[in-house]
Amino acid sequence: MRRFFAILKKEFRQVRRDPLSLGMLVFLPALLLIMYGYALSFDVRHVAVGVLDLDRSQVSREFLDSLFGNPYFDRACTLDRQAEAEDLLNRGSVRCVLTIPRDFAAGLSRGEEVSVQALVDASDATIAGTVIGYLDLLVSRTSQRVRIERLARAGLAADLPVVNPEVRVWFNPELQSARFLVPGLIAILMMLSAVVATSLSIVREKERETMEQIAVSPVRPLELILGKTLPYVAICLLTMTLVLTLGYVLFGVVVRGSFLWLAVATLLFLFAALGLGVLISTITQSQLMAFQAAALLSILPSILLSGLIFPIRNMPAVVQAVTVLVVPKYFISALRKIILKAAPLESLWQDFLGMFLLGLLFYTLAIHKTRKAS
Amino acid sequence: MNESPAIDVRDLTKVFGRFTAVDRISFAVAPGDIFGFLGPNGAGKSTTIRMLCGLLASTSGTALVGGYDINREPDRVRQRIGYMSQRFSLYRDLTVAENLAFFGGVYGLSRGALRDRAADVLRLAGLSGIESARTGTLSGAIQQRLALACAILHAPPILFLDEPTSGVDPVSRRAFWELIQDLAARGTTVLITTHFLDEAEFCAHIGLISAGRLVALDTPAAVKSGVAEDVFELQVDDLFSSAERLKGIPSILGTACFGPRLHAYCPRGAATEQSLTATLGAAGIPVTALHSVPMSLEDAFMRLVAPAAALPGSPV
Repeated sequence: MRRFFAILKKEFRQVRRDPLSLGMLVFLPALLLIMYGYALSFDVRHVAVGVLDLDRSQVSREFLDSLFGNPYFDRACTLDRQAEAEDLLNRGSVRCVLTIPRDFAAGLSRGEEVSVQALVDASDATIAGTVIGYLDLLVSRTSQRVRIERLARAGLAADLPVVNPEVRVWFNPELQSARFLVPGLIAILMMLSAVVATSLSIVREKERETMEQIAVSPVRPLELILGKTLPYVAICLLTMTLVLTLGYVLFGVVVRGSFLWLAVATLLFLFAALGLGVLISTITQSQLMAFQAAALLSILPSILLSGLIFPIRNMPAVVQAVTVLVVPKYFISALRKIILKAAPLESLWQDFLGMFLLGLLFYTLAIHKTRKAS
Repeated sequence: MNESPAIDVRDLTKVFGRFTAVDRISFAVAPGDIFGFLGPNGAGKSTTIRMLCGLLASTSGTALVGGYDINREPDRVRQRIGYMSQRFSLYRDLTVAENLAFFGGVYGLSRGALRDRAADVLRLAGLSGIESARTGTLSGAIQQRLALACAILHAPPILFLDEPTSGVDPVSRRAFWELIQDLAARGTTVLITTHFLDEAEFCAHIGLISAGRLVALDTPAAVKSGVAEDVFELQVDDLFSSAERLKGIPSILGTACFGPRLHAYCPRGAATEQSLTATLGAAGIPVTALHSVPMSLEDAFMRLVAPAAALPGSPV
């Protein structure tokens, strides 16, 4: 115990002596959260649309007005000829060109099916997909209204049987991507700082040869590893509190679930993340190498394979199998469930178990490696 | 050696791949002795000391340190040894007192014991009064003594010092050796490696190591007298061509450069200043001055390792 406390105390002293690193650990994640929170948005708003109205009728004008009375589409310009469309799309001044055919009003009045052409710039597939979805919805809503009005004008009661899906979006009613992204971002930023900080703190001792001085002492690997990681647990908890507060203040992300499960999830996550940091430090020799390995093993898989952006369910089976080893995968899943859904333990335990087992695996390997080296 | 030795090395061997760094070394160090482990860089000194401290596993052979087998009971060995390397592994961002507190802590000293011992070692090392100084701001010589203070904080009966004097000025080296002798006088067994052969005079016993093998093991005086040769110091105009030509003279076993002078080695009693001057004159080798000099440890070492390492200007 004395040996463990000696290491713990020394580590806290060193962290305190190095305000720059401490600041990086606490404030860098906060800064990144602000940047990414604003930049990483899948919400599509104010899409510039060019309009070519060949019909120039009252019906077509009404139809177009009904499309633009919302924050999603902006009527950027009006075209005179179809030939202009390509140029506008090429230049990127509009993302979509809508063309109303010449016999739009006439066709409608005859009760025929009329088509409206939409040219969509799909160089950004995410935006294009959303635009098409919105357009679809707006067009069908409009055409339904037109139909009902016509029937009413013809003296028929507008009691056509229509099935309306009444979709209720739970947990994130406005489908804001920030709500969805912030818990994931928190997980990734925590992963980055936890893994980098621990691996550097141990490798630094190797580089300065103080590790050798510890190795000749009776300190056991477990005492060393615990003494060196616990200070970072404390720092990371501080960082976590800060980013959660920022998530609430800036992005309106409220923790709906229990703070107890949030704390358990965070501690289990830190157990696994710091374990990875310790493992990296046992196999690298210099701080530069450790930093690169930590960045490579924490950031890349965290972003690509954690389900932050790309749903794991849609990945090929082999890649899905690899994600079992990605610590943030479990943390992101747990955080989303706790923060957005107030999920009970029954739906969280798998994430908890995953992080616990990964941590156990990392620490076992690290202790094994340390013992072999000494 | 009537008591059981403090350090008992038996056929210790370390092989790295195809390179044998330490080749079946055996020696024993009596309690309270200062044992100097001498040899050029890369001879296997550090590898041996690292095995004895449990930093490196031996390939074969073993050693008893403080009566415990380094391979079977490394934890008991660790509690009984102090170790200091040439890097003075201290935390430069911590103060002197904080470094002492840390190393006391990892050896399990209680708060009270730490206070007493820290005051003791600081007084011994002549460092009293600088407890609150940041270690990184101290001079190399002070850091060296602080590193020693940290290594002896838990009062280890056996102390391993790996090249502790390299990179320190001669005056500080001298002071450091006085400290070591002080510790030995209080009963600490010291095993120290160095590539400064002049420091061997401070050791009760020395082991000369070259290319992983012990080539001599005795008191410094006995090692010197064990080489049955006389040394002549020559002052010549052209060091290298003279050295080459001297090798052709039958009564000269070998030569070595000592700064601007040459040392020539002859079988003991085979030549005198006069006879050698005559021989060289007859061979047409111009010599400005020629004196018989006592054999130094450096001479002895050159002669002992001559067959193995006959490289010109090999560092000693």
